Amino acid sequence: MADSIRAFAVIAGAWVRASMTYRASFWSLAVGQALFTLVDFVAITIMFSHIDRLGGFDVAQVALLYGFSGFALGVADLLVGNVELLGRRVRDGSFDAMLVRPVAPLVQVAADQFALRRLGRIVSAVGVLGWALVATNIDWSITKVAVAVATLVSGSVIFCSVFVLGSAFQILAGDASEMMNAFTYGGNTLTQYPLSIYPSEVVKGVTFILPLAFVNWYPALYILGVEDPFDMPVAFHFASPVAATLLAAVAAGCWRAGVRRYRSTGS
Amino acid sequence: MVTGLSSIGVSTRVGLYAAVAVRGFRRYSTYRAATVGGVFTNTVFGVIIAYTFVALWEQRPNLGGYTQQEALTFVWVAQALIMPVGLLGGGILEEFPERVRSGAVATDLHRPTPLLWWRLAEDFGRAAYHFLTRGLAPVLIGALLFDLAWPRSVSTYAWFLIAVALAVGVGFAIRYLMGLLAFWVIDIRGYLALLTITQLFFSGMVLPLVIFPGWLRDLAEVLPFRCLVQVPADVLLHEGTGTEVLPLLALQLLWVAVLLFAGHLLTAAAVRKVVIQGG
Repeated sequence: MADSIRAFAVIAGAWVRASMTYRASFWSLAVGQALFTLVDFVAITIMFSHIDRLGGFDVAQVALLYGFSGFALGVADLLVGNVELLGRRVRDGSFDAMLVRPVAPLVQVAADQFALRRLGRIVSAVGVLGWALVATNIDWSITKVAVAVATLVSGSVIFCSVFVLGSAFQILAGDASEMMNAFTYGGNTLTQYPLSIYPSEVVKGVTFILPLAFVNWYPALYILGVEDPFDMPVAFHFASPVAATLLAAVAAGCWRAGVRRYRSTGS
Repeated sequence: MVTGLSSIGVSTRVGLYAAVAVRGFRRYSTYRAATVGGVFTNTVFGVIIAYTFVALWEQRPNLGGYTQQEALTFVWVAQALIMPVGLLGGGILEEFPERVRSGAVATDLHRPTPLLWWRLAEDFGRAAYHFLTRGLAPVLIGALLFDLAWPRSVSTYAWFLIAVALAVGVGFAIRYLMGLLAFWVIDIRGYLALLTITQLFFSGMVLPLVIFPGWLRDLAEVLPFRCLVQVPADVLLHEGTGTEVLPLLALQLLWVAVLLFAGHLLTAAAVRKVVIQGG
């Protein structure tokens, strides 16, 4: 594990130095990433210029959901977002080269072409989250602070796992990076809004099948003191770390199975 | 460079551009798995946005002059147009800036057909493929899941197709101008990101422009981006909303003409600027 982290840092560091050679490019891309995240939030504020509540949540409460989800996706996108490129690596054969190097292939796939500019996304998510924390009247306690911190970590792990699951699928299915977007960026968009606006089938799906609801929804219900409109068990409020651990284990298993079954294109 | 073309007859020229368009279509139809994945992703986003619109319009029926049915139709039309009009980039932007950087653009400039028209024909082929696959398929799935406002009159569909074609023209012209920027700027990715955000926001893709607050809506009305999504959607929905179709199409036509003319002028400037290294 320590070796893998060191290898990640070495590879990622090289890419950071490379990107810093063209500073203007780096900053314009980082700002672009930040604006991408903000555009959706601007849309939400426009929606709230016509209504006071969306799915029972006011704008500051939606901002809290938005900030949690945006932060989690931002961290995952920064750390492992490049696994998206795996389909291309399989096609052009560069994945073969990674398999014979003495570093875990997942580390190489994630760290290769590491893009520090993606910090822009995290910065705007943190901005929205900060505003939400000021604008909501949360009755803070030690447990709530702990749940909030655990949510940031668990949410990031959940989205990291979704990226890895998608790339494991790409080893078998070839070019499926488009489909991955539905789960990564789509999952982010879905969780930007209170789940109360969706039918209960959707909520069950993102609770029991792909546990995206644990990225922000359940812990936010607890932090905000809002009653669960779907009457799920109260234990779910605190279950984000469990969901994240389970999904990470599944993702790791699928990744290993995928690598074992990998057949080179021969090029 | 353009002189070679004048010696070719009109019918040959039409045939040439048609052939280029067919190649543009086939170039994208090769990647079936990517198309299926894209349809799936467009559908998932459509479903998510549709539920946010349901929540909004349930509280504010007739917001922006749309009924809930019309608002939901807007969602799926917008999803259908993302790829054909190139809201996220694509088409010429996929390789052209790189060709400028590597010098391969010399080949493009040597062709006996002007770069602008060649690329326009190619992009229409691409757009046709994307409209038939990533446009139609999500709309059909959306229609199964939600109650949509289908136009009654056949002529509305005809007007809509014209509006989509004009939207493709506007979308192409914007991306062509952006692609030419590569002659002056080494790395255009930052500009590209800004363009994509602006396009998504001011086209109506993120939210229909009819529900934008006053000043923001005024700004959106003077920009060309609304021709990409809002205008075609308004043409499709005009039976219910009572919008006049012809002024909308005229507006699109005006923007196509202005932007393509700008593209023509900028191409000439780029050709004067370009230095291709031999070797």
